[in-house]
Amino acid sequence: MKPRVRTFSWARRASVLWVLGALICSDSIASGQVAVHGEKVYTMAGEPIDDGMVIVRNGKIAAVGRASDLRVPEGFRVLRAAVVTPGLVDAHSVVGLAGYYNQKQDSDQLEHSAPLQPELRAFDAYNSREKLLEWVRSFGVTTVHTGHAPGEVISGQTMVVKTKGGSVEAALLVETQAVAATLSTDAKKDWGKSPSTRGKMVAILRQRLIAAGEYAAKRNAEKPAERPGRDLGLEVLAKVLVGEIPLLITAQRAQDIASALRIAREFKIRIVLDGAAESYLLLDQIKAAGVPVIVHPTMARARRELENLSFETAAKLKHAGIPVALQSGYESYVPKTRIVLFEAAVAAAYGLSFEEALGTITIDAARILGLDARIGSIVVGKDGDLALYDGDPFEYTTHCVGTVIEGEVVSEVRR
Amino acid sequence: MLSSLTRTSRFRWLFGVAFALCGAAVVADDRAHVFVGAKILPIEGDDIPLGVLVIRGKKILALGSSESVKIPVNAVRHNVEGRTIMPGLICTHSHVGGPWAGDSAGPLQPGVRSLDSINVRDSGFRRALAGGLTTLNLMSGSGHLIGGRTIYVKLRPAEVVEDFVIRDDEGAVMGGLKMANGTNSMKGAPFPGTRGKSAALVRQKLIQAEEYRRKLLKSAGNPAARPARDLGLETLVEVLEGRRVVHHHTHRHDDIMTVLRLANEFKFRVVLHHVSEGWKVAKQIAAAGVPCSVILVDSPGGKLEAIDMIYQTGRILEEAGALVSFHTDDYITDSRLFLRSPALAVRAGMSREGALKSVTLAGAQMLDLADRVGSLKPGKDADFIILDGDPLSVYTKVLETWVEGRRRFDRSDPEDRLFAVGGYGGGRDGATGDYCCLGERK
Repeated sequence: MKPRVRTFSWARRASVLWVLGALICSDSIASGQVAVHGEKVYTMAGEPIDDGMVIVRNGKIAAVGRASDLRVPEGFRVLRAAVVTPGLVDAHSVVGLAGYYNQKQDSDQLEHSAPLQPELRAFDAYNSREKLLEWVRSFGVTTVHTGHAPGEVISGQTMVVKTKGGSVEAALLVETQAVAATLSTDAKKDWGKSPSTRGKMVAILRQRLIAAGEYAAKRNAEKPAERPGRDLGLEVLAKVLVGEIPLLITAQRAQDIASALRIAREFKIRIVLDGAAESYLLLDQIKAAGVPVIVHPTMARARRELENLSFETAAKLKHAGIPVALQSGYESYVPKTRIVLFEAAVAAAYGLSFEEALGTITIDAARILGLDARIGSIVVGKDGDLALYDGDPFEYTTHCVGTVIEGEVVSEVRR
Repeated sequence: MLSSLTRTSRFRWLFGVAFALCGAAVVADDRAHVFVGAKILPIEGDDIPLGVLVIRGKKILALGSSESVKIPVNAVRHNVEGRTIMPGLICTHSHVGGPWAGDSAGPLQPGVRSLDSINVRDSGFRRALAGGLTTLNLMSGSGHLIGGRTIYVKLRPAEVVEDFVIRDDEGAVMGGLKMANGTNSMKGAPFPGTRGKSAALVRQKLIQAEEYRRKLLKSAGNPAARPARDLGLETLVEVLEGRRVVHHHTHRHDDIMTVLRLANEFKFRVVLHHVSEGWKVAKQIAAAGVPCSVILVDSPGGKLEAIDMIYQTGRILEEAGALVSFHTDDYITDSRLFLRSPALAVRAGMSREGALKSVTLAGAQMLDLADRVGSLKPGKDADFIILDGDPLSVYTKVLETWVEGRRRFDRSDPEDRLFAVGGYGGGRDGATGDYCCLGERK
């Protein structure tokens, strides 16, 4: 199902009117109060609404329905667009840690001093004013799961933030979303350094998880004297062991995906598969394990460990009943970040329906992150995060014409 | 091409190669092929809503509306109702097949050839065909001020790189010269450390080539006086004489101006490549009459020279009057999705007409191939693609790619589909010629 393409003139006229209105009565417009009128509103919670309206009050969605059934409260700013969707959720990124200059001063996504460093918090490395954030939010992305990149067996922690600027505290949704692990060549060292084989990578990961379990047990010792001193790395892995947070395991080849599933079984931990280029070979196993998959960018380069990737992987997972989201991923060169809207667009051209593809970057991504009570669909009570387009959001020639986070219009460039 | 394959086959037959070649001699198809019912975008001339395209052998015979085109008897009819036909896409800047020629010996290597480096069995060529690409400029990377000779290729069936190359009227392999400035070629000695040094090294080398050329001209008719052959200087003489186009990697506005300055000083023909900040000096580029082959990636940054990359570059250069093409820079962007680039340029305001031309005729003009490819015109090569929708839509797919009258990609063929969509084995290098999969004839 593809939305009708309409010109932008309406929205442009509306915004001019608003500017005039704002000049006259700026005092009456409180922040976080906005009404968005869409020719088509994809709520991702039921059928799309023709000629729909979303009213955001105090940052939360207060009403959604047919425009004719709703009244815009006095003083609310009104935006118009051909298509309105939930704010997009990028299920795995490194923006904010990896910056657009790609120089030492803005590259904090990977610490190579040791292969296992679960204690590294994304929170401490995140630049909420990073230009790439402004870039992705201008395409409708309102939430990113970001943090330490794939590239070490355990590279650190990840977190979830809104793409608004300001301080990291203001943007933060989840301080520790996952511990990022990698079982692929990216985490293999050259000969002479360790780990340099797949067997060694898995061995050191298992050993550290075992250590975390022992640490947790000792920390609970009755006598304080028997309790070991605090160890930040083991502490966070202990949370993984009790299922409080998942291990996000980046694995591309089928054999590495199988290793990830084996670790999940052995330690009875929650994992999320990341990348998973060859996951289409293991649909039954992944489904049986109940593991969600955050698939590599659809347009990732078909080289090396990704040589067998497919544009249809998201569709195959989805149709097998496996929870699936898309991601912008991590790029070490250009483009410094991908845009999850474009990745979902290609997935929509390769096997996913329009709404399924939109789901991979909204509600399904929110579910995998455990945040679907708050973001990912346009439902009363959820955050007022919206993306506005002047046509089918996936079409190359459509523009994102507005992005709203918690009722604040954070982007109005026509991009 | 067909005749050379036949010769190859005979050769093998005579020597009794125990390869199942019986009856395998490629028979030239003399019949015309006619494609009926598609919307035809000829690029030169108006779109034809319900068109007919006729090809015979390697060439386009005719095209037009169904009333205006006479269909030859015995023609093989292809019903392509509801489809769109446009010229095969031309990528002015590709690295598929590993055309890396320059090495770490130094920054100035005009004597090396991408010709000697190409693996025609690279799976990337299969993906390029799936994206509708038919003509490519294969080049060295940008780590050298002068990175060597590029080659222009057609994605014909190929056993060896000679099957790919495009030859000029004298039979010479066509190609340009890869050059670069900015940070990619700035590294430890003997490479330059600054932009000033980069330009000085290039100027000195071109001055040397001018002197070499003078000696060559002076020695005309007297072999004894002829200077010793120098592969690098010979290449640069071709550049100085306008017989070899310089394909110049350049991002920043000041680096672009350096290229224009050098081109003016030495009077060489140049195409600017990437041109990330071309929008800042669009007027100057247009005034110099220099074409631009633009890269469009999803976000700015990733390297210092690309921080001001914008989607509007195509539009701004077009408005200034410069000739604009886009390129894949494959592996930087995927050849299968080449049409994203003109489409995203249209998103940023470029004309639809200019965008479609940018990946066809404009590219042909930049490679001196506009008399052969880049538009659908009687007499031009039968290089075209059949699409299932508008070329600038994300939902549209290339269904078939034809190169010189042969169907080289067919999405309905499971093996072709593997390369088009991906999947297990989709990255494996293999045959691009008449043989696939462990020697089986396709």
